[in-house]
Amino acid sequence: MSFALKDATQEKDIFARRAYLAAFCVIGLFIVLAWRMAFLQVTQHEVYASKSENNRVQLQPVAPIRGLIFDRNGILLAENLPSHSLTLVPERIDDIEQTLALIDTIVGLSDDEKASFNKRLKQWRRPYEALTLKYRLSESDIAKLTVNGYFMPGVQVEAELVRHYPRGSDFAHVLGYVGQMNEKEKKSLDAVQYKATRRIGKVGIERYYQSLLHGDVGYQKVETNAQGRILNVLERQSPKPGGNLTLSLDANLQQAAMKAFEGRRGSLVAIDPNTGGVLAMVSSPSFDPNEFVNGISYKSYNALRDSLDKPLFDRASRGQYPPGSTMKPFIGLGFLESGVTNWQEGVEDPGWYKLENDERIYRDWKRTGHGHSIDLRQAIIQSCDVYFYEMAFRTGIDKLHPFLSRFGFGQNTALDIGNALPALLPDRAWKKQHRQRSWYAGDTLNLGLGQGFMLVTPLQLATATSVFAAKGKWHRSKLVQFIGTEPLVEETKPEDVIIKNTDDWDRMNRAMEGVISHYKGTARKLSENLSYRFAGKTGTAQVVGIKQHEEYDSEALLERQRDHALFVGFAPVDAPEIAIAVVVENGESAGRTAGPIAKTVSDYYLASLKSKAAKNDQ
Amino acid sequence: MSGDFSRQLDDSNMGGTRSLWHKIHIDFTLFALLLLLIGCGLFVLYSASGQNMHMVSRQMVYFTIGLVIMLIIAQFNPRWFMMAAPWMYGVGIVALILVLVMGVGAKGAQRWLSIFGVFRFQPSEIMKLAVPMMLAWFMASKLLPPNIKTIAQALGLIFIPTLLVMRQPDLGTSLLIAASGLFVLLFAGLSWRWIALALMVVLAAAPAMWYGVMHDYQKQRVLTFMSPETDPLGSGWNIIQSKTAIGSGGIEGKGWQQGTQSQLEFLPERHTDFIIAVFAEEQGLIGVLMLLVLYLLIVMRGLYMASRARDSFSRLLGGSLIVTFFIYVFVNIGMVSGILPVVGVPLPLISYGGTSIVTLMAAFGVIMSVYTHRQI
Repeated sequence: MSFALKDATQEKDIFARRAYLAAFCVIGLFIVLAWRMAFLQVTQHEVYASKSENNRVQLQPVAPIRGLIFDRNGILLAENLPSHSLTLVPERIDDIEQTLALIDTIVGLSDDEKASFNKRLKQWRRPYEALTLKYRLSESDIAKLTVNGYFMPGVQVEAELVRHYPRGSDFAHVLGYVGQMNEKEKKSLDAVQYKATRRIGKVGIERYYQSLLHGDVGYQKVETNAQGRILNVLERQSPKPGGNLTLSLDANLQQAAMKAFEGRRGSLVAIDPNTGGVLAMVSSPSFDPNEFVNGISYKSYNALRDSLDKPLFDRASRGQYPPGSTMKPFIGLGFLESGVTNWQEGVEDPGWYKLENDERIYRDWKRTGHGHSIDLRQAIIQSCDVYFYEMAFRTGIDKLHPFLSRFGFGQNTALDIGNALPALLPDRAWKKQHRQRSWYAGDTLNLGLGQGFMLVTPLQLATATSVFAAKGKWHRSKLVQFIGTEPLVEETKPEDVIIKNTDDWDRMNRAMEGVISHYKGTARKLSENLSYRFAGKTGTAQVVGIKQHEEYDSEALLERQRDHALFVGFAPVDAPEIAIAVVVENGESAGRTAGPIAKTVSDYYLASLKSKAAKNDQ
Repeated sequence: MSGDFSRQLDDSNMGGTRSLWHKIHIDFTLFALLLLLIGCGLFVLYSASGQNMHMVSRQMVYFTIGLVIMLIIAQFNPRWFMMAAPWMYGVGIVALILVLVMGVGAKGAQRWLSIFGVFRFQPSEIMKLAVPMMLAWFMASKLLPPNIKTIAQALGLIFIPTLLVMRQPDLGTSLLIAASGLFVLLFAGLSWRWIALALMVVLAAAPAMWYGVMHDYQKQRVLTFMSPETDPLGSGWNIIQSKTAIGSGGIEGKGWQQGTQSQLEFLPERHTDFIIAVFAEEQGLIGVLMLLVLYLLIVMRGLYMASRARDSFSRLLGGSLIVTFFIYVFVNIGMVSGILPVVGVPLPLISYGGTSIVTLMAAFGVIMSVYTHRQI
């Protein structure tokens, strides 16, 4: 290295030159900044001004308030209650773990709540968007959180209206429930109308009348901050609340019917024959629909789903049962209508029936037989199977099928019960298509007893009974009586059932009355303490097929393999106010299980009509 | 040539007061400009913090501490800085190594060193002063303009702390530290051939930096800078909102405390790194240009003061510090307005934060010192 003397003047000159250069560069770069600012603030001003305005002012959809549901007497069945939920804005919280622990000590958090919150936390979301940690806070939770709020920035209690069913499980199947809208439902619904809506009707009336109950979405122009908190409402177009529904259901009757089942599996449908209005529609056992509103926990849902009693299943509109002997009044009318017999002709019943050229023995439920001369009246009262085998054979499927279908069997005739099943009224074509066999005479015999292929739902059976009680006058079954104040109109309905000799209605009614009042009647137990004229018919439906020559031993069968017990009836006979169909699964004896339930409901309803009339007279 | 420069920004008209200010080693012009900027900063901060008087008064405390430190440092003869330079540099390097070993930090970066668990500081802040001092000390001892060997040694002195800070990781600060060292080289007369070569090397090394050195979050910042609209609610959010704030301010601005972007909290980091967006939204282009002129005057005055210092060490140190100050301004406003990627650099003397204020005021103390101690 050569040692040269430092030249102070030269160094100063170098610095000065470089300083000049630096000054020029600095000025140049400042001009770049100024130019950039001018570009944003002058050239692009319009663009950013509108962006800023869009940031500040938002058009927000406002969810309408869901319509209320009342029973026929104005008792509230579905309402909207304010519910408070706890939300967190993670950006405003320094230590989320610590905050969660603190909240846990204040109001308690379940593992489910923590897990789903942590899951949401990891997913992408808009900055400063609030996440819900806990739904349905109690009053004391809210108070405790408010007191401690100061220590927890970013933690908020938010209120919303949430559906509530005050009558709980009594109406779970018929009302249905609302639940969180899923992606698929969101796509199928009107994007504008449902923009602010979080829950929609999933089943039952809540689903069938979804758009009516929903109302119309409203809008508000609001000034919000970046967290989406509304600071100022600039303009507002209020949402139109959903329509209220008044049902034909009687809440107290429904409750009485539910209670009458005493937890047994089964269903009851009661209809006013004068209007077709459904008075009670019960499926037992039931569940609490309120659990579904905010999302049921997996544990509770699995318990309901896996229960052998199938509480989630709506037996009333979707349960399909062989109607058994409850079909006999309908089929009996069919015999008269086709002219194969009259009220006088008697049939000998040795306890079994046999077709010519057929080995098979068709048994009567009473092994010793019902006697020598069983006419139609006695065949109804005692439920004589041999009489019906003989007459069904004479009438034939081609006449029986069209007559039965006039009562709505094999179809869903209900006006506003969307998911009701049509069940099955078999004919030649059906058997050919589904069983690849032709229709045998034996099939007709089975149908004559309401067995074999035929299936009905309790709703269908009640509807047919109601039409029967009204002497063939048709009303479609309906749950809703009024939408708002407008009555629900029945625009189309099946043709009325008109028979050649109208006296046959009265004679058949009297025969059915005999089922209860006659000393040989299959439901004679019901005549105790009966204060009005009650017509009915019992039925049993086999759950397990009994092979030829095999003994039927109910003791040996497991409870769930016992026969289903059915009952149809209406009262009072001369001016029917209520028609009822009851199915008690594995109830075995219709007279002892299904019949009393029907009587309880009928007693209750007629008594309530009487007291109402008395009140009106005063 | 230097004479011309001096005449342009001379303050000879200050007359009698000048001698009084010089007795306490304060340059009145720079001091007045700084006070103006500080006042301006407090005024913006009050609005940007959402009328948070607590924050404003803390910022005033920081400024008071900063001014006292500036005053104290200005009293030291530059000779002291020269003597202290290697020591500060050495202590700084040790502290940086300690940070990597036992530092505390947040958001995936270790930048703080805790002393006895009470006092926390960022060693990288020391290096903002120590690196230019060390380089100025080193270059002043060599023959200028520098030869290859001197340049290589100087680059080594810059490279070590830069790498250590980059490992924290703090890319923005490490680049600024490197810049403050390189400015010393430039002022020392680094030849144009070397400058051109260095630029070529940087361009060639860019891909290597991308794949080898940069962390994911740093890459994300660069990608977001290229096209913020690809991720409007994620990492692009900041830049979109800041541009919206600036652009919507227009020529006249929305008025003090009237900026909807900032007052409604759409603008993130609005009282720290993005405070210029609040200012631009509320004061408009007119306010921005006035602020830019204020910064320009400070830089020019600083350059003049450095050029009037008595020896190479003082000139190189003063020149490097004032140009680094300018780089802070440029990088901050550049990133907020969307012409540079987002790096965490506060706007000098306006953004909220004590560390930055104290470091900057210390640097101005050094500049005051080299200017007011020129008579031997």
